[in-house]
Amino acid sequence: MRIPTTKYPVEQYQLANGLRVVLAPDRSAPVVAVAVIYDVGIRSEPEGRTGFAHLFEHLMFQGSENLEKLAHFRYVQGSGGTFNGSTHLDYTDYYQFLPSNALERALFLEADRMRRPKITEENLRNQIDVVSEEIRVNVLNRPYGGFPWLRLPPVMFDTFPNAHDGYGSFVDLNAATVADAEDFFTTYYAASNATLALAGDFDVADAQALVEQHFGDVPARPAPVRPSFAEPDLTAERRDSYVDERAPLAAFASAWRVPDPIGDFAAYLPYVVLAEVLTDGDSSRLVERLVLKDRAVTGIGGYVGFMGEPFEVRDPTAMLLSAHLPPGGSVDAVLGTVDEELDRLATGGLVPGELDGIKARIVAQLLRDLDPVLGRALRMGTIAQQRGDAALTNDLPRLIGEVSEESIVAAAASLRPSRRATVEVVPGGAS
Amino acid sequence: MTLREVPALAAARKLKLPKTAERTLANGLTVIAARRPAVPLVEVRLRVPFARTNVARGMVLAETMLSGTSELSNVELSTELQRIGGGLTAAVDPDRLLLGGNALSSGLGRLLDLLGLVLSDATYPSGEVAAERDRLADQVRVAKTQPAYLARAALNHRMYGRHPYARQTAEPEQLAAVRPAALRSLHAERVHPAGAILVIVGDVPPAKALDAAEAALSTWNGGGKSVELPAVPGIEPGPVTLADRPGSVQSSLRIGLGAVGRTHPDHSALQLANLIYGGYFSSRLVENIREAKGYTYSPRSSIEHSAAGSSVVVSADVATEVTAPALVETWYELGRLVSTPVGVDELEQARQYGVGTLQLSLATQSGLAGLMSSLSGSGLRLDWLTGHAERMAAASVEAVTEVAERYFAPANAATVVLGDASVIEPSLTRLFPVTRAENGHGE
Repeated sequence: MRIPTTKYPVEQYQLANGLRVVLAPDRSAPVVAVAVIYDVGIRSEPEGRTGFAHLFEHLMFQGSENLEKLAHFRYVQGSGGTFNGSTHLDYTDYYQFLPSNALERALFLEADRMRRPKITEENLRNQIDVVSEEIRVNVLNRPYGGFPWLRLPPVMFDTFPNAHDGYGSFVDLNAATVADAEDFFTTYYAASNATLALAGDFDVADAQALVEQHFGDVPARPAPVRPSFAEPDLTAERRDSYVDERAPLAAFASAWRVPDPIGDFAAYLPYVVLAEVLTDGDSSRLVERLVLKDRAVTGIGGYVGFMGEPFEVRDPTAMLLSAHLPPGGSVDAVLGTVDEELDRLATGGLVPGELDGIKARIVAQLLRDLDPVLGRALRMGTIAQQRGDAALTNDLPRLIGEVSEESIVAAAASLRPSRRATVEVVPGGAS
Repeated sequence: MTLREVPALAAARKLKLPKTAERTLANGLTVIAARRPAVPLVEVRLRVPFARTNVARGMVLAETMLSGTSELSNVELSTELQRIGGGLTAAVDPDRLLLGGNALSSGLGRLLDLLGLVLSDATYPSGEVAAERDRLADQVRVAKTQPAYLARAALNHRMYGRHPYARQTAEPEQLAAVRPAALRSLHAERVHPAGAILVIVGDVPPAKALDAAEAALSTWNGGGKSVELPAVPGIEPGPVTLADRPGSVQSSLRIGLGAVGRTHPDHSALQLANLIYGGYFSSRLVENIREAKGYTYSPRSSIEHSAAGSSVVVSADVATEVTAPALVETWYELGRLVSTPVGVDELEQARQYGVGTLQLSLATQSGLAGLMSSLSGSGLRLDWLTGHAERMAAASVEAVTEVAERYFAPANAATVVLGDASVIEPSLTRLFPVTRAENGHGE
C-alpha cells in the first residue's frame, strides 16, 4: 500500500521578543484556529503545589491586562467561536476555533493575557472551587477515576516532577496564593517560552502583520532553562495496588520506559507502532489472544505516553498497556500471557501483511487528527516547540511507514518483566 | 498602561455548504455524499430504523454484528479493515441502529463492500456472541457505578414513564440471556435498507461515492417492516426525584423539559433561548453557578432530538454540600428566563455563536458526516442550515422571550438529583417537595 501524506504549507519564524510563530494557511473553509502553547506543564510545578499548572491554566481565563473576568469567553463565543485550554505533562495549550473573520480578535485576546493575566484573590478562590469539582467529577466520584494516568507514574517514577498527581491534592490547591500565580507567570509564561500557531483561512502576509501588531510589543523576558527530568530505567519489576471503592471489576495497567521521544526519535517510533500491533482492533496480538480467545480481559488498550499523546511528550515516558478484567480474573495470569505474546513476537516476528495494516491505521489516524484546523494548529505548534520544526508534522506518515519489522521485534524484546511497573485496581465491591 | 480596544470582527463570510449528491437505490436505501478533500480519508454513517426492538437484543446485536460473516471471521474482518486504514463500529439507540466507519479514501469501495457483507450476512457466531454478551454485561455493571449513567437513567424514567425511551439500557442478566438465534432473527426482521440513510463524506467526488455505494449495497435485502414509536408523553410536573448514591462526593442535578424538533417554527428561537440559559459557556447558568459561585465544573443545557420527541436537558455535577443552593440557582435561572425579557446584548452574543459555530460544524469530515446523518434523522439535508442561520439572525427579543416562556418553565420540568441522600435530603426537603426514586432507577 502507498502511504498517503499531507503537504500543508507552513511558515515559521520568531518575533524579537522570542515568541515562536507557526502559520499554516488553508483556505478551504472559512474557519481558523489560534493556539498558544507554553513550554511548561505538570512536571514543572513546584513541590507543595501539586495541580498548580492546571489551576494556573484556569486563571489565564479570568481576565487580562485589558479585559475583565468573563470577557474572554464572551468575546470568543460572541464571535461564533469556541475556546479551551489544557494542561499536559510538558506543555499547556490555549486555543480558539472560530470563523476566520474573528482572527484578529483571537490574536488580541491571546496577546492580552500573554502580557498579563488579571489574577485576584476572589478569582483564585473561585477557580480552586471549580477545579475541586473538576477533580471530583473526573476522579473521585467515579470508578477508575484517574486510572491509569494518575495512578501509574508514582509506581514507575521516583522523583517529584514525574511521580506526582498532576490534578493536585486539595491541600496543595487550597494553599495556592496570588503571589504563587504571579511567580509562575513571570517564570514560565514569557513570550520566549511560547509558540503561537495559526491554521486555517488567512493570507500569510496579512497574518504576519497582525501577529506583529498584537504580539510584537509583548515585553521580552528570558525563557526559563528547562531542567532534565531524567530518571534511570527500572532494573527490577515494580507492583502496586489500590482499592477503588466504586469499581465493580479489577483492572491493571503496566508500563515500560521507552527511548527519548525527542533525542532518539528513530528508536522511539517502533514503540508507537508496537502499541498498535499489540492492541489495535480484533486482529491485534493481545486483543485476539486475551479478549477473543482466552477471555481473560474484557478490553485492553496500548499506547505511548501517560496521556496518550506520543508526538507531544518528552523524556522520560513509557509505553502502557491497560486492561479490565472479568469477574474472577487474574492479573498475574494476564501478565504471564502478555509476556508470552511479547516473546512470540520477539522470536517469531510479524506475519506477512500484519505491519502494513497497522501502519495504514496509524497513518489514517494521523491524517484524521489534522483534518480539523484546530488539531493542525495544536500539533504543529507543539511539534515546533518540542522539536524545533513544525514541518515535521507532514513527515510523520512517512516516518511511520519507514519503521522496520526488525525494530518492532527488538522493541517487543525489550519489554521485560524486570523493566515493568504495574498498578492494579482492586474492586471495592460497591455496585 | 494604555487601554487597548478589542478589535472588531471582519466581514463574515457567508455560510458555504459543501457539494453534495443524493440517490435512493431500488432497495430503498438513501445515499447522501458530500465532498471535503482536506485529507485523503473518507467517513461513512449509516442509520437503520430500529424502533421498538428488545433493548437487550439490540445492544448485543450491535456488539456482535461485526463478529463474523459466512466468509470472514471477526479477526479476518478486522484485518481487511486495517488494510485500508479503516474501521467499522455499530451502536444502537431507541430509534436506530448506527453503523459508522472510516478509511483511507482509496479504500472507500472496499469499506462499503465490507459494510454490505455485514449487513447482508452477519452470522452471530455462538462463541463470539457468548463472549461479547458477557463483556457487555460487565460494561453495564461498570456503567451502573457511574453517576452520569445513573442520573440519566433516573431522568429518562422520570420523563418518559411507560414510553420506550424510559429504559435505554438492559440489565446485565438480560444481556447474558440473549441467544444467537434471537440475534439472527432480529437482524433478518429489522436490518433492512427501507428508510435507511447512508452518509459518505470525504476526499471523493460525490457522484463517485454514490456509485460505490450502489455497487456495494444494491443487493442488500429490501424487505422488512416500518415501525414507528408513539410521540413521547408530555412531562408530568411533580416533586424533585431523589436517587440515593451513598458516599457520593457530588450530587448530579438533571432537569428535563419538553421541546420541539428542528422543523418546528419555534426551533431556531428555542436554540437561542437555550444558549442564553446554559447552552454555552457565556450563558447565565455557567456564569452563575460556576464562574460566580464555584459550585460545579461543567454545568450545561442542551437540546436533544429523537424521532419521537425533543427535549431540553440541564445538567450539573455539584459538590454535595452545595446541592440545595445549586438547585435553587438552576431553578432561579429557569424562572428568570421565563418571567423577564432576554437582554439585547446577550441575545446578540448567542446569535453570533449560533450562526458562527455552524461554519465550524462543516469544517471537518467527521463533523460534517455526523451533522448530515443527524439532520437526515429529522428528514433534513444540509441546506436546512441556511434557513436556520437566517432564522437565528432574524429572531427578535420578543420572539426568543416568548419561546423561552413556552419551553423553559420550571413548573413543567422533571427534576432528578442523584447523590448521598442521607446528607442532601434534609436541605432539599426544606426547599422543594421531594420523592425518592423507585428502586432500579438510580440504584
